[in-house]
Amino acid sequence: MEHHDVVIIGGGPAGLTLACELRERGRKDVVVLEREAQAGGIPRHCGHGGFGLYNSWRTHKGPTFAKLLREPAREIDLRTATTVLNFTMSGNLRLHSAKGIQEMSAGTLVLATGTREASRAARLIGGNKLPGVMNTGELQQRVYLNHEKPFSRPVIIGSEWVSFSSLLTCRHAGMRVQAMITEEASLDAPGIFGLGARLVFGAPVLRKAKLRAILGHKKVEAVEVEQGGTTKQIACDGVIISGKFRSESALYADGFIEREGWAPKVTEQFKTSRPNVLAVGNVLGHLERAGTCMLQARELAKVMTA
Amino acid sequence: MSERFDIAVIGCGVVGLAILRRLAMSGLKAVALEKGADILSGASKGNSALLHTGFDAPPKSLELKCMQAGYAEYLDIRQNLNLPLLETSAIIAAWNEEEKAKLEGIEKKARANGVNDVKQLSPTELRIREPQLSRNALGGLLVPGEHVIDPWSAPLAYAHQAIAHGAKIIRKAEVTAARFEKDAWHLTTAQGEVTARIVINAAGLYGDKVEALARTPSFEVKPRKGQFVVFDKPAAKLLRAILLPVPTARTKGVVLFRTIFGNLAIGPTAEETDERENATTDTATLEKLKARAIEMLPALKDVDVTALYAGLRPATQQSEYIIEADEKQNWITAAGIRSTGLTGSLGIAQHVSALYAKHFGKLPKKLPPPKWTPVPNLAEHAIRPYMKGGEIICHCEWVTRGEIEAATKGPLPAGDLAGLKRRTRATMGRCQGFYCAQHVSAAFEKAKHGAS
Repeated sequence: MEHHDVVIIGGGPAGLTLACELRERGRKDVVVLEREAQAGGIPRHCGHGGFGLYNSWRTHKGPTFAKLLREPAREIDLRTATTVLNFTMSGNLRLHSAKGIQEMSAGTLVLATGTREASRAARLIGGNKLPGVMNTGELQQRVYLNHEKPFSRPVIIGSEWVSFSSLLTCRHAGMRVQAMITEEASLDAPGIFGLGARLVFGAPVLRKAKLRAILGHKKVEAVEVEQGGTTKQIACDGVIISGKFRSESALYADGFIEREGWAPKVTEQFKTSRPNVLAVGNVLGHLERAGTCMLQARELAKVMTA
Repeated sequence: MSERFDIAVIGCGVVGLAILRRLAMSGLKAVALEKGADILSGASKGNSALLHTGFDAPPKSLELKCMQAGYAEYLDIRQNLNLPLLETSAIIAAWNEEEKAKLEGIEKKARANGVNDVKQLSPTELRIREPQLSRNALGGLLVPGEHVIDPWSAPLAYAHQAIAHGAKIIRKAEVTAARFEKDAWHLTTAQGEVTARIVINAAGLYGDKVEALARTPSFEVKPRKGQFVVFDKPAAKLLRAILLPVPTARTKGVVLFRTIFGNLAIGPTAEETDERENATTDTATLEKLKARAIEMLPALKDVDVTALYAGLRPATQQSEYIIEADEKQNWITAAGIRSTGLTGSLGIAQHVSALYAKHFGKLPKKLPPPKWTPVPNLAEHAIRPYMKGGEIICHCEWVTRGEIEAATKGPLPAGDLAGLKRRTRATMGRCQGFYCAQHVSAAFEKAKHGAS
C-alpha cells in the first residue's frame, strides 16, 4: 500500500498552500488529493475580482487567482481527478481514480475539503421541482466556465457575501435580478453594500422574508415569499439559493472524527478528535476568504514543522 | 404509420412496461406510447420503492393476488436482469397502547394473506433489532419478507426486455384521439397514427382521460400526493428494517425506510390533489416529516437532508385495482393502481395476459426462450461501475462519465435530464448539483450529440 508522510484532501487555497509551505519547510513526502480535474477550488469559477487582497496587495479575478495558486504547486505531488471515497476501519484512505480503487495510508492526514452552500433540499424549500434553481456555485460554473445564461430574471435568496457574489455574476451575464430575499433584518454582508439598503444595484431587497415555494410548470415562473405574516408571489425565471455554507463533510459525517455542527471539531492547533488527523480552511465551518484560508494553512504548516 | 400492432399499451410507467414486457414475450406484436419525454415520467417517478409481501392488503383482493404474483416473479427474474434487492424486513411499530392493541389484528390479517412468517416483537426485541429507535416504541410486528428495490432500474429492465422481444416504445407520443375502425384502434398521437387491434390503458394519472377517448370511464382519477424527505447517507446505518406505522383505513401512513441508493427517507404523506403533472412539496409538510423522522430515530438530528420529492398516486374512488377487459371494444383497462404498483406490476402483467387470452385470442404455447437484458446496477450495496475506475463526474453519488455515456445509448436512451438522473443517480446526492450539475449536463449533451 502506498504510504505518505502527509496526505492533504482537497486542492483549494488551503490545501495547495499547505502543501507548498510544508515543502519549503523541508517536508518532502506530501500528497494533495483533488477530485476535480483541475485544482484551485472555488476561486476557479468566481469570475469577478477581489481575490488576493490579503496576500499580494493587489486583487485578481478568481480564475487568475486559482492559476497563481497552482503555479508553485507544480513542485508538489498533486493528484487531480482522485476522489477519496471513505476511510477504512484502520483509518487508511480508499481512493478512486481512473485506474480504479486503491488504498493509501498517511502519517498525517489533513482535511481541506472546503465548503459548499446548503442545497434547496437541505433548506426544505417547497414548490415544484424545476430546472433553473441552483446554488451560487453552480451558477458561477455555468456562467464563467461554460458561458451559459441559465435564466434572465432570477431572484437571489440570502444576503451573505456570496449572495453579492451571485449578484455580480448576474450583472456580468446581463441578468436582471428581480429581488434579493433574506430572512435577516439587515443585510449580513458588511461595508460597501450598505446596511439596511432597500435596493442593491437596482434590485429590491426583501428583509425578514422567507422563501416558501418555487412555482412553475416546465420552468420557474415565480417564487412565493412570506413577509410580515403575508404571502406574495414574485415573478422570476430562476432562483439562486445562496449562502448558508456548510463544511463539505461527507467524508467524516460517518463518525470518523467528532463534529461541531457540520464542521470537524478542532483545537487551536487544527487537531481533530483523531490522532494525526488535522483540518484547515473552510472545512472548519466559518466561511472565510481564500486569503484567510491560505493564512490558516501557513499557520498550520508552522505548527506541523515546529 | 402503416404498421399494425396486436397491442398498443398507453403509458410507460412501471405497470405499462411490465404489461408490454409480458405480452411481447408471449409473442404478440406490441407497442407502448408515452406522453412524456422519457419512460417513468408520471406516477412511477416518485414512490417509496418497496417490495411488499401484501401482508396488509385487502384479503382475497385482486391487488393482493397481483402483489404476491409480482413479488414472486421479481425474485425469480431479478438476477437475470441484474435487479437489486435490499433485504431489510419491515417492522410495524406501535407508539401507544391503542396502536399496540391493533398489532394482533394486523398479524391475523397477514396470516390470512398467506404471510406466515410475521412475528410480534417485545420492546426489548425491538431494541435489539433497532438500537437507534426511540425508546418510546412499545413493540412491533416483524414482517421479514418486505424489502427495498430500485424503482427505476426495474421498469427500465422490463422496457429493455420487451424491446429485445420485438416491442416498440414511442415517447413524446401523447394519444389525443382514438377511433375504432375495421377491427382495429387507430390512435392519433403526437408522433403520428398508431394502429393496434387491442388497446391497453395503463395511463396512470391520466387513466380516466385516456379511457374517455374510447368509452365512458367507470372511474375518475383523484390523484393522491405523497411528499418525501431523503436524508444523507450516514443515516442509512441508523435503521435496518423498513419502519411502518400502524395503518389507518385510508393510508399505509408515513414510512421510514432505507433506499436502494444508500440513503434513508421518510414519506409519503397522503394528500388529495388536483395536480396530475407536477407534484409540489411544501415547507410546512416537509418540516413535519423531518421532525417525525427525528422523533422516531433521534440520531437523525445530526444528519443533513439530501433531497426532497413528491409523487402522485393515481387513486380512484375505489381502493381496489380496476383491471378489466371489454371484449366488444377491444379494450383492456388497468387503472387505479396506487402505491403497490411497483410490487404489483409483474403480477398485473400476468393478469392482463390472462385476460387477453380469455377474451382476444389464445397466446402461442411454444415461445422462444427469454432474452435477458440486464441493466447497470445503481444499488449502493452491490458492485457499481466506479469501482472499476473511470472518471467520476457526480462526486456525491460517484457516477462515472462512462455511465452517463451508456445511458445515452442503446435501444432506449435517456429522453431528458430527468430520465438520465433516473438511469444513473447523477446530481441526486447531497450537493444537489453545486459541484456537478454543469458537468453532468455538459457530459449528457456531448454524449447525446456524439451518439446521434
